[in-house]
Amino acid sequence: MNITTSVSTGLAAAALLLALPAAAQTVKIGFISSYSGAAAAQGDQLDKGVKLYMKLNGDKLPPGVKVELITRDDTGPNPDVAKRIAQELIVRDKVDFLTGIVWTPNMAAIGPLTTEAKVPFVSMNAAGARIMVNAPYMARVSFTICQSAYPLGQWAAKVHKTAYTAVSDFAPGHEAEDCFSRGFKEGGGQIVGSVRVPLANPDFVPFMQRIKDAKPATIFGFNPAGKAATAMMKAYSDLGLDKAGIKYIGTGDIVTDEELQSMGDVALGVTTIHHYSAASDRPANRNFVAAYRKEFGENLTPGFMVVAAWDAMDAIYSVIREQGGKVNADKTMELLKKWRSTTSPRGTVAIDPETRDVINPEYLREVRKVGGRLANVEIETISLAIKDPLKEFDKKK
Amino acid sequence: MDAFLSSLVSVAFHGVAYGMILYVISVGLSVTMGLMGFTNLAHGVFAMAGGYILVSSLANAVPFPIALAMSFLIVAAASVVLERLLYSRLYGAAELEQVLFTIGLIFMSVAVARLIFGTLQQPVILPDYLKGQFSLLGRDFPAYRVFLILFSSAMIAGLWFGVERTIWGAMVRAAVDNRPMAQSVGINTKRLFSITFAVGSGLAGLGGALGAEIVAIQPTYPFEQLVYFLIVVSVGGLGSLRGPFVAALLIGITDTACKYWVPQFGAFFIYVATIGLLLWRPAGLFGKRT
Repeated sequence: MNITTSVSTGLAAAALLLALPAAAQTVKIGFISSYSGAAAAQGDQLDKGVKLYMKLNGDKLPPGVKVELITRDDTGPNPDVAKRIAQELIVRDKVDFLTGIVWTPNMAAIGPLTTEAKVPFVSMNAAGARIMVNAPYMARVSFTICQSAYPLGQWAAKVHKTAYTAVSDFAPGHEAEDCFSRGFKEGGGQIVGSVRVPLANPDFVPFMQRIKDAKPATIFGFNPAGKAATAMMKAYSDLGLDKAGIKYIGTGDIVTDEELQSMGDVALGVTTIHHYSAASDRPANRNFVAAYRKEFGENLTPGFMVVAAWDAMDAIYSVIREQGGKVNADKTMELLKKWRSTTSPRGTVAIDPETRDVINPEYLREVRKVGGRLANVEIETISLAIKDPLKEFDKKK
Repeated sequence: MDAFLSSLVSVAFHGVAYGMILYVISVGLSVTMGLMGFTNLAHGVFAMAGGYILVSSLANAVPFPIALAMSFLIVAAASVVLERLLYSRLYGAAELEQVLFTIGLIFMSVAVARLIFGTLQQPVILPDYLKGQFSLLGRDFPAYRVFLILFSSAMIAGLWFGVERTIWGAMVRAAVDNRPMAQSVGINTKRLFSITFAVGSGLAGLGGALGAEIVAIQPTYPFEQLVYFLIVVSVGGLGSLRGPFVAALLIGITDTACKYWVPQFGAFFIYVATIGLLLWRPAGLFGKRT
């Protein structure tokens, strides 16, 4: 070996060493969604949100920092599968972040893993209220059901004297029933009846007949978006409850923007409160919807899950930026707790430092026809920043 | 008292309508499984196909009656191909093999449906004359359900006549009871079974189309509705056409009554009723074979 080569190798090595911190900084994000099974539609929404964000904002990182997305399928509401793939992502792929997750039970299952391995997790959808209490490395940018059900109860009490609640018989349904009733009663309204309908239920007509005969001023309905929500609204209009003057109200979950077109005219006039509508004319939202349609097809409409995926990526990107690409779990959590975005399609969204849960704006909307298409038209801003009411109730206890 | 009487009328009407829905989506299975003795768990695939044909035709402004007829004819025609290529090989096979084969078919069809139509449910655009309500004696009855009751009544009458009163029906019954004997008296059982299978599948397609307004059409339909098909056919009893009809009505009415008066038990009543009935009569209400 002669001197010149050894010097040049040494120089090259030194150059490499100098360049290292900037050039080879890759932040790995483990993204868990549901691509197969009955819930593929929801998983697809998250996927589109993530892809759109990365495509449009991939360059908004410090120089030399790269993001690597590792995508996994949890196959639906299967906590054991979610736990297994989260473990693989942490141990084998050594991810710096975990995100995604459609289902509450799946999020609950990976909670202990994120605590033990100190891997920050940002929920894009799973909305179960109390999962994060014992999981300090989890944060949420999606929503909680109470965030819209409780203000809806308060609002409804101003307009109607009596209400009948009809919710699907599963945990989110119970939460919706509880929060709505609380808000409604506090506002002076009277709940004249409640019914919990089976999740797998082909015919809602008997329940609707029962409600019709009880003659409430309004029905609060809550079902999983899609065919159950549609079937219940169909039973409502088939039996002529609309003509009997009974109003149908609910949280935005029952008229999601992506399902709305296939629900048909039966959804017209349904009044809801929610944090996001694709029909909103905030400039940030108009740009977002346009970009989504350009990317995935003119006939598609992004729903709140796409927005949550977008905002989760925005939160992750912003904490990567603030740490210059060298992410540390505790620092990340500290920054996530301060995260706030004013450019989200839903308006201003933030994370509550105390609970690591999302602080959402909430809007009152009505399903109307806009240019031949059904849309959740925002009528009124109920609140610009509402924390999860359930946790506030817990505090009072 | 008046209120009670009128709620009784409602429950009876909605119960019959729900029974008819159960019946129309299961009627095809009562032909292929009940008459031909083939454990066709993929029945829902044909029903879903019928549903998609109806939904797509209506979306392209095809009149409702023609769309219904198309869902019957196209599914029946397609089923002949499937029957010749696949099903006929398993006529004599054990039930487990038939189950495995048809379950596999469901998985494939679910994937294909998702590829073509996506995962969301498809809206049914009904003609105006089937929307809204009929008012009778101070109660409102949904127009589509009235139509469903009338249409399925005609369908069951036609089917019953076909099986019990025509030469085709007699040949089918003969071939099912004793195939070698039927062949030896000169019945072309191969062709007969093809036709019967096509009729059964066509009815499944028609049922899926008729029920689409109430039982949403989406890719997981064949799995989600399977339990209802099987309840109707097993409670009704194999080898009978009347059985599934009575079973569907019975389940429809009791289920509706239960959901109306004691909704907290609404979810599982249908299963309790099925278990009770099958414990009492293991072969079903009108079952011939045990």
